[in-house]
Amino acid sequence: MDIHEYQAKEILAGYGVKIADGGLAYSPEDAVQRAREIGGDVWAVKAQIHSGARGKAGGVKICKTHEEVEAAAESMLGRKLVTHQTGPEGKVCLRLYVEAGTNIAKELYFSLLVDRAHESIIMVGSAEGGMEIEDLAENNPEKITKIQIDPAVGLLDFQAREMAFALGLEPSQISPAVKVITGCYRAMRDLDANMIEINPLVVTGGSGKLMVLDAKMGFDDNALFRRQKVAELRDKTQEDQREMAAADRGLSYVGLDGDIGCMINGAGLAMATMDMIKLAGGEPANFLDVGGGASAERTEKAFRLVLADEGVKAMLVNIFAGINRCDWIAEGVVHAVKKIDMKIPLIVRLSGTNVEAGRKIIADSGLPIITATTLAEAAEKAVKARNEQVAKEAEGAA
Amino acid sequence: MSILINKETRMIVQGFTGKIGTFHAQDMINYGSTVVGGITPGKGGQTHLDRPVFNTVRESVEQEGAEASIIFVPPAFAADSIMEAAEAGIKYCVSITDGIPTQDMMKVKQFLRKFPKNKRMVLTGPNCAGTISPEQAMLGIMPGHIYKKGVIGVVGRSGTLGYEAADQMRELGIGISTSVGIGGDPINGSSHRDIFEKFEQDDETKVVLMIGEIGGSQEVEAGVYASKHMNKPVVAYIAGLTAPKGRRMGHAGAIISSSGESAAEKVEMLQDLGVTIAPTPSAMGETIAKVLAKF
Repeated sequence: MDIHEYQAKEILAGYGVKIADGGLAYSPEDAVQRAREIGGDVWAVKAQIHSGARGKAGGVKICKTHEEVEAAAESMLGRKLVTHQTGPEGKVCLRLYVEAGTNIAKELYFSLLVDRAHESIIMVGSAEGGMEIEDLAENNPEKITKIQIDPAVGLLDFQAREMAFALGLEPSQISPAVKVITGCYRAMRDLDANMIEINPLVVTGGSGKLMVLDAKMGFDDNALFRRQKVAELRDKTQEDQREMAAADRGLSYVGLDGDIGCMINGAGLAMATMDMIKLAGGEPANFLDVGGGASAERTEKAFRLVLADEGVKAMLVNIFAGINRCDWIAEGVVHAVKKIDMKIPLIVRLSGTNVEAGRKIIADSGLPIITATTLAEAAEKAVKARNEQVAKEAEGAA
Repeated sequence: MSILINKETRMIVQGFTGKIGTFHAQDMINYGSTVVGGITPGKGGQTHLDRPVFNTVRESVEQEGAEASIIFVPPAFAADSIMEAAEAGIKYCVSITDGIPTQDMMKVKQFLRKFPKNKRMVLTGPNCAGTISPEQAMLGIMPGHIYKKGVIGVVGRSGTLGYEAADQMRELGIGISTSVGIGGDPINGSSHRDIFEKFEQDDETKVVLMIGEIGGSQEVEAGVYASKHMNKPVVAYIAGLTAPKGRRMGHAGAIISSSGESAAEKVEMLQDLGVTIAPTPSAMGETIAKVLAKF
C-alpha cells in the first residue's frame, strides 16, 4: 500500500526527522490560507498523488505570491496528472500540500528497501540526489552506496555514520544525518514499511541544515492487519477501481490492455494461461486469480468483474481443481452464465479433481459454452472465438 | 529415494484442529502419509483424527518422534510456529500459510541461520502447495491422484501450475520422484537452488523441472548453480511473459522491479546457462519427454 507525501512526512516527523513547515489544502482558498499561516515569501505547492516525478507533470510549483499559490492550486486540483509512473490514465489530484520554500545548497538521495536476495532491509544512498535513482544506478553505479541491515540487531550506529559520510556531508552535518537515517529505519521497522525513499534530502543554503524535501513510503499489505493506523491512511481515489473491487471480494485482479478476459485459479497458472493466449496470437484483458475455494457465488462475482471491462471480446476460464472440484466449478459457471446473460463467447477448460463430472455439467447445460481439454487448445479456441466476435461486431456496425 | 519426505517420515500438523488443518490432515492420511499427531496450543491431551494433539511442537518430537511439520496457522502467528518447529528439532517444515509479513520472514530466516547447517530445519514456502513424493507421502494440499511416481524432480513457485505440469507428464506416462512447492512470496524458506542441490544428490531423480515466474533472481541463481555443479539435465518454464513491469501478479513475489526479472530476460539467461526451456506452459511435459529420450 502506498501513501501520500504529506502522510509520509508526518510519520517521519514523528520519528525526529526534520521537514519543512507545511499544511494540507483541499481548495485554492485553503492553499492561500496555508501559505499565510506558513509565512515567508516562497512556497511550494505540491499535488498529492501516489506517484513520483510529479514536477515534470506540472504537479509541483514554486510560488512567490499568494496569487501564484492560488493559481497553482487551481491548475492541479481535480485534474488527472500523468507521470511516467502513473501510466497513461494518470491519477486524480484531490489534495495539495503547501510547503515553505527551501533554499537548497545540495540534493542527496536516501532510501530503505526490502532486499529479496539478502532477505533483509537495505540502505541506499547517494550524494547525487534529485534525479531518479534508476538512472543513476544505470549510468553511475559507483556513486551509490548500499548497506545491509542485519534483521537480528537492526541498524547499527556505525552503519548510519558510514552512510552519512558516503552522502558527502561536512563533519558538523554527520550527527543530524544519523538522526534522519535512524529515524527512517525505526519508522520502517515499527510500521512494517517495505520502502522509504527520501529524494531529495537537502542541505539548506546558508545554515547547512538537513531537511527532507520529498518522501515516499510503501507498506507491506500482509502486515496491515497489525498496523491499523497505517491502514487508515489508504486513499482509495489513488487506486485502480476494478482492482479494489476485486480485492474487496477476495479476488486478485490486474487490468491489462488486451481483450480476452480470463478467470483462472492460482497465480502461476494464471500467468501461464495469459502467456498461452499471447503465443496463440491474442492479448489478455486481465489477470484474475479466483483462488482455492471458488464457490458459485465467487465465480459469479469473478464473471461480473471480468465482463465489467467492455472491451472484452471473449472470456476464458481455466481451472485446475485441487482442493476445488470440477463439478462445483462447472455448476458455478453454468449458474453465472444463466444469471448474467453473456453476449460474448465463453471458453472453459477444466482439469483435475472430478473432471468428468464437471465436463458433463457443462455439456448438459445446453449453453453455448466452448470447451477445451488442454491448456493449448483452450488458448487457441479463445483467440479464434475472439477473432470471430470482432468480425461479427464489425459486420453489425457496418 | 525421494527428497525431503518418504513413506516413513513422521509428520505433524501445526494448526491441527482447525477446519483447514483437519481437512488437509485427513487428505494426507488418506494418501498414506505417516501423520503422527498435531499441535493446537491449549488442546494438548485430546485426540483428533485418531491421533494425539500436543500443546507444543517439542512434545510431539519427544513423544512421537516427529520429523516433519506442515503449518496451517493464520499469518499473524505463522512465523512464530515456524520458529517453534525449528527450535524443537523438526527437520523439515512446509508453510502453507499465505500472507506472512515480510519482516516476519526476515526474522525467520535469521533465526534458522543460528543453527549449524547439519542441524538446520529445511523450510519450504510460505504460500505454497507443499511437497509430494508420489505413491509414498504427501506433506501438502495438492490433489495427490494426478501425481505418478517416476524420475523427474519438480520444483516450482506456483501450486496449480505444478499440477498442470504433473498432469501433462502423467498423460505422457512420465512420473515424478518428488515435487516441491517453494511458494510465491518474495522471501521464502528454500530457493530453487536449494532444492536443486537435493535433487542432484538423489539417486531416483534423473531430470529436474523448474517452474519459475517473473520477479527476483532465484531462477537464474539456480541456473548458475546447475551449470557449475549439476550433472542432471534441467528443464525450465518461466511464467509471466505478458506481465507488465511494476504490477504485482497475484503472488507477492511476482512483480518485475529491476532488470533481469522479466520472463524473457530469465529465459535468455537460463538458455545461456545450458538449461532446456519449455517454450510454452503446455509444452512442459513434451519438453521433459524429449530430454528423457536422450538417456
